Amino acid sequence: MSVDATTVRRIAHLARIAVSEAEVPHLQGELNAMLAFVEQLSEVNVQGVEPMTSVTPMEMKKRADVVTDGKISDEIVANAPATENHFFLVPKVVE
Amino acid sequence: MTDLTSLTIAEARAGLANKSFTARELTDAHLAAIEAARVLNAYVLETPDRAREMAKSADEKIGKGEGGPLAGIPLGIKDLFATRDIRTTACSKILGNFVPPYESTVTSQLWRDGAILLGKLNNDEFAMGSSNETSCFGPVVNPWRREGSNTHLVPGGSSGGSASAVAALLCMGATATDTGGSIRQPAAFTATVGVKPTYGRCSRWGIVAFASSLDQAGPIARTVRDAAILMRSMAGHDPKDTTSVDIGVPDYEAAIGRSVKGMKIGIPKEYRLDGMPAEIERLWSDGAAWLKAAGAELVEVSLPHTKYALPAYYIVAPAEASSNLARYDGVRYGLRVPGRSIGEMYENTRAEGFGDEVRRRVMIGTYVLSAGYYDAYYLRAQKVRTLIKKDFEDCFAKGVNAILTPATPSAAFGVGEKGGTDPVEMYLNDIFTVTVNMAGLPGIAVPAGKDAQGLPLGLQLIGRAFDEETLFSLGEVIEQAAGRFTPPRWW
Repeated sequence: MSVDATTVRRIAHLARIAVSEAEVPHLQGELNAMLAFVEQLSEVNVQGVEPMTSVTPMEMKKRADVVTDGKISDEIVANAPATENHFFLVPKVVE
Repeated sequence: MTDLTSLTIAEARAGLANKSFTARELTDAHLAAIEAARVLNAYVLETPDRAREMAKSADEKIGKGEGGPLAGIPLGIKDLFATRDIRTTACSKILGNFVPPYESTVTSQLWRDGAILLGKLNNDEFAMGSSNETSCFGPVVNPWRREGSNTHLVPGGSSGGSASAVAALLCMGATATDTGGSIRQPAAFTATVGVKPTYGRCSRWGIVAFASSLDQAGPIARTVRDAAILMRSMAGHDPKDTTSVDIGVPDYEAAIGRSVKGMKIGIPKEYRLDGMPAEIERLWSDGAAWLKAAGAELVEVSLPHTKYALPAYYIVAPAEASSNLARYDGVRYGLRVPGRSIGEMYENTRAEGFGDEVRRRVMIGTYVLSAGYYDAYYLRAQKVRTLIKKDFEDCFAKGVNAILTPATPSAAFGVGEKGGTDPVEMYLNDIFTVTVNMAGLPGIAVPAGKDAQGLPLGLQLIGRAFDEETLFSLGEVIEQAAGRFTPPRWW
């Protein structure tokens, strides 16, 4: 399988990465090189094989449903580019 | 007094205990060495004040006889580990000046045991790379050079800063992480020892995530013993990482010098690639001969799905990365590039913040997870992964204790030499190491010889899950036979 220019633009949008028109042909070439490389997996017989879902066979641990942390709002927003009263600020999303 | 930076951790531990020198002296010697080696670009942040503060505390504790197992040992920390109040960037512009208000579990255990932070080490951006050339801080230089040449070589990646700093005596040991070979490949390129523990052995909490089902932290050190000493402090169960395993941490150092007599060592025929350089072949057979001389039994084994590990990795790892890196959106931390709408702000921020390799992997990961392609790519790759793991299980079920392979297909290459036109050229560096991550097993890279140009080469040992001890025993045999390799100082 390979991707065309339209697909490259669609993937970039899905990934929320702005890509200029000038970059599309180059990216298309790189993505197709990777897809050509992984193409060899199609020759493996995976009939009846379970996909790996857990690297180490173990039951998912569950934490007790209790509050273990809190009152650290200052720390949580400390690295944010824009905040106000412990809220993260973003561009206006509702008119 | 001999140069304190050239001591091993084991030697420094003894010297500190018998008061031959203080933690402060040991720390100052390293800080001076770091200052004189900035051309290597191994550190992205030096923390001399913090180091001296920690050294003072270590000296007090040692004086009172309360020093921990790593009391007074100066270490470098890969910039992927969150360090409280100290900038942590994953060497990406998108994290900018991120200063974590928390400490990663692995580093907190090192400080608990008395180690000293010298600074943060360079790595490939988000640990995506095999040469440390994708870092937003620029490439790291390998202290090793080809004989009669001044060409700057890469130290490997992604833990290139860790490997370079350890090899150049800029710290006594370093933390590193390994998703496809990022501890073992740079260790092989710099004649250092690198351990990728079993998945679940070390907590991933507080380590910037790349591919969560593959990432694992481990040490890079100058000797097998030093790596074992660091492992004991780094490993252990952590309730904050649900994939961390709740089993006791053995005294890995006790495995050093333990007899390997009667152990069965597998030599996988699929690792003998067409066109493999003669010097890699020779290194491999030397390693086998050393283990045999120590009483181990060599058996040929087959791992039939080996060649599919790297392509499967380049589906699984980018898929997980695309998901993990969705958090970098310019809202909660790091870089923000404005846009007319919130969507445009996301897109501009991520375009500006991610380097080329990261963008490429996020995009391929997004594609293979997108509607209509998931089964063909991601699901198939996870099935192939099951087969790769089964190859190893079948092999171990036949009584094989560990598997011996070359660590890399070549020695270190020049900065800018690889991957310029085809990204896959760079990916092939991890051909011998990536299988281990796919199967979640432990692996160790040990220096074992040099190529015709005088550059170091390493061997890899792959062990059974949670049997790092056997790897330390076998690694020690190789180190004793091959000797240690130190780069001549030119910087």
